[in-house]
Amino acid sequence: MTTDIAAPEAPEAPRPTVSLDGRSGGRKAKNTLATVLVWAAFLLALVPLVWIMWTVLGRGFHVLLSATWWQKDQSGALPPGFDTNVRGMRHALVGTLLMSLLTTVIAVPIAILTAIYLVEYGRGRVARVVSFMVDILSGIPSIVAALFIFAAWVTTFGLKIIPACASLALAMLMIPVVTRSTEEMLKLVPNELREASYALGVPKWKTIVRIVLPTSFSGIVTGVLLGFSRVAGETAPLLLLAAYTPYLNENLFSGSMAALPTLINNQFLSINDPISGQRVWGAACTLILLVLVINLLGRLVGRLAKVKR
Amino acid sequence: MSSTGASVADETPSPGGRDPLSGDGAATGRLGDRIFAGATVGAGLLVVVVVVLVGIFLLAQALPALRVDQASFFTSTQWHTGSTLAFGIAGLLWATVATSIVALLVAVPFSVAIALFLTQYAPRWLSRPAAGLIDLLAAVPSIVYGLWGGYIVAGKWAPIQDGVSTVLGWIPLFAKVDGITGGSTLFFVGLVLAVMILPIITALSREIFDQTPTTHKEGAYALGATKWEMIRTAVLPFGKAGVISASMLGLGRALGETIAVMMILSGLPQGAPWTWSLFNGGATFASKIASDASEFSGGLSTGAYIAAGLVLFVLTFVVNAIARVIIDRRKAFTE
Repeated sequence: MTTDIAAPEAPEAPRPTVSLDGRSGGRKAKNTLATVLVWAAFLLALVPLVWIMWTVLGRGFHVLLSATWWQKDQSGALPPGFDTNVRGMRHALVGTLLMSLLTTVIAVPIAILTAIYLVEYGRGRVARVVSFMVDILSGIPSIVAALFIFAAWVTTFGLKIIPACASLALAMLMIPVVTRSTEEMLKLVPNELREASYALGVPKWKTIVRIVLPTSFSGIVTGVLLGFSRVAGETAPLLLLAAYTPYLNENLFSGSMAALPTLINNQFLSINDPISGQRVWGAACTLILLVLVINLLGRLVGRLAKVKR
Repeated sequence: MSSTGASVADETPSPGGRDPLSGDGAATGRLGDRIFAGATVGAGLLVVVVVVLVGIFLLAQALPALRVDQASFFTSTQWHTGSTLAFGIAGLLWATVATSIVALLVAVPFSVAIALFLTQYAPRWLSRPAAGLIDLLAAVPSIVYGLWGGYIVAGKWAPIQDGVSTVLGWIPLFAKVDGITGGSTLFFVGLVLAVMILPIITALSREIFDQTPTTHKEGAYALGATKWEMIRTAVLPFGKAGVISASMLGLGRALGETIAVMMILSGLPQGAPWTWSLFNGGATFASKIASDASEFSGGLSTGAYIAAGLVLFVLTFVVNAIARVIIDRRKAFTE
């Protein structure tokens, strides 16, 4: 009996095939597969980030909790295996900050002026060449920038390497970062502001300095902070231009100067020694926190500025 | 910054309305204006001069060493920088290109997928923080990548690589090389480089995908396309040039990466036999220069390294220039 009742209903079964949602199974499957793959790619990309943070914080953060880590340098350190004291990284932190600050002092004026040139003055072929070269500069490997400074400073002019040489090489890496972000910001300043200023008889240079730059100030700060965080983590130029030293040196113009990356590099080969290992992971943890905090600060400034606009 | 080539076109105000003030009378004559304009032009030209000087200085310092080079510079794999100079870049070039190509092959599909996720799939509340997380990968210093890759991941990767070697070892690219442990090979370096260049390729691809005209997307949907079909017919063709250009920039980064490569890749002894295997050690241009940096005296032997640096400079220059040309072409085409 049940089959008799079911029979008249049978023709209803194929109805979905004539519904307006006529996507075939294969196309639907492909669509679903694409969605799954795209989500998977994103989640997979987070693995290295989480893994790196987990490793570095897990192995290095406890080192940061000791006061000597912040107060002492590595003077008096014995070869790995004989040493029982981790000591501090003050020399490296001071070195990193000093060299990065000098880099900023060199790079930022050039970068901002270049950006002003490209947005406010540059026309025609010269501007195109400058813009192209900013791109090329942003692609120059840091080791090549360092080699250039070495070839000029040491081989050609026969001068002694000083920590400021590293800042020169780092400035070559920072200039394009700050130029590009400043350029973007200057382009966002509405032309009406400039026109209003000109209409009041204000000279062009004063308009730029007093109207255009302040309007885009926070964006420029973002660029500077992002640039700073990039050069603070650079290692390659320091290997050539700022030899590691275990002592604190606060003079950028003489001697050698330690930095957090070169401290890691110096201790890396003996990383399996527990004391060296603590230094390596402690320095890595300090460096990554320094760089991330400055980086996030830069982005925060950028975001707050956007809200204001 | 105009994208058109002709200087005639530059004199007429662009439709974008960015330069109606060009040639305004306010800028001429006054002393302050002349000084300020001069300073900006000077800064711009300084950038140009620096890049040109990089080429000149490296060439000038490399030539003396190249003149007394006992080996063929482009085809030799030797690297003797003692009393007699005999050096060639074949080994360095192979290691540099092999690691970078591996990095690119891994990073580009991932980056495109992530950029699609961020622009087309992610819910609105997730899209921006997710992009921020990917950008954080770019903020991690390369020495930390070296530490993580060389000390933590390498050991976990070694058995996988040995497995691949056992199954596919008959292919020259995957042949096992004696004395090279799993985590210190060209292939593994390529994988770490892939993670390092992923954020830049993702960020640029994301920017391009975001600009896909809504009309293209709606057109595809109106024809009954699924989301994936819409992406294949509207988003990907529109973003193709941008993705290629972003990949070139990523390639440039991979070619020049120094410290992470130096920490992970195991060196080869002098006179090690040549092999095409990706499971071999070696040195890239950048890692070779950096690892021997402490021995630089400024003499002739340093010239050998400067010559290697010059080749790296030319390589990255060409790669970045290509990326730039692709972007400019696309701009001229879409605007």
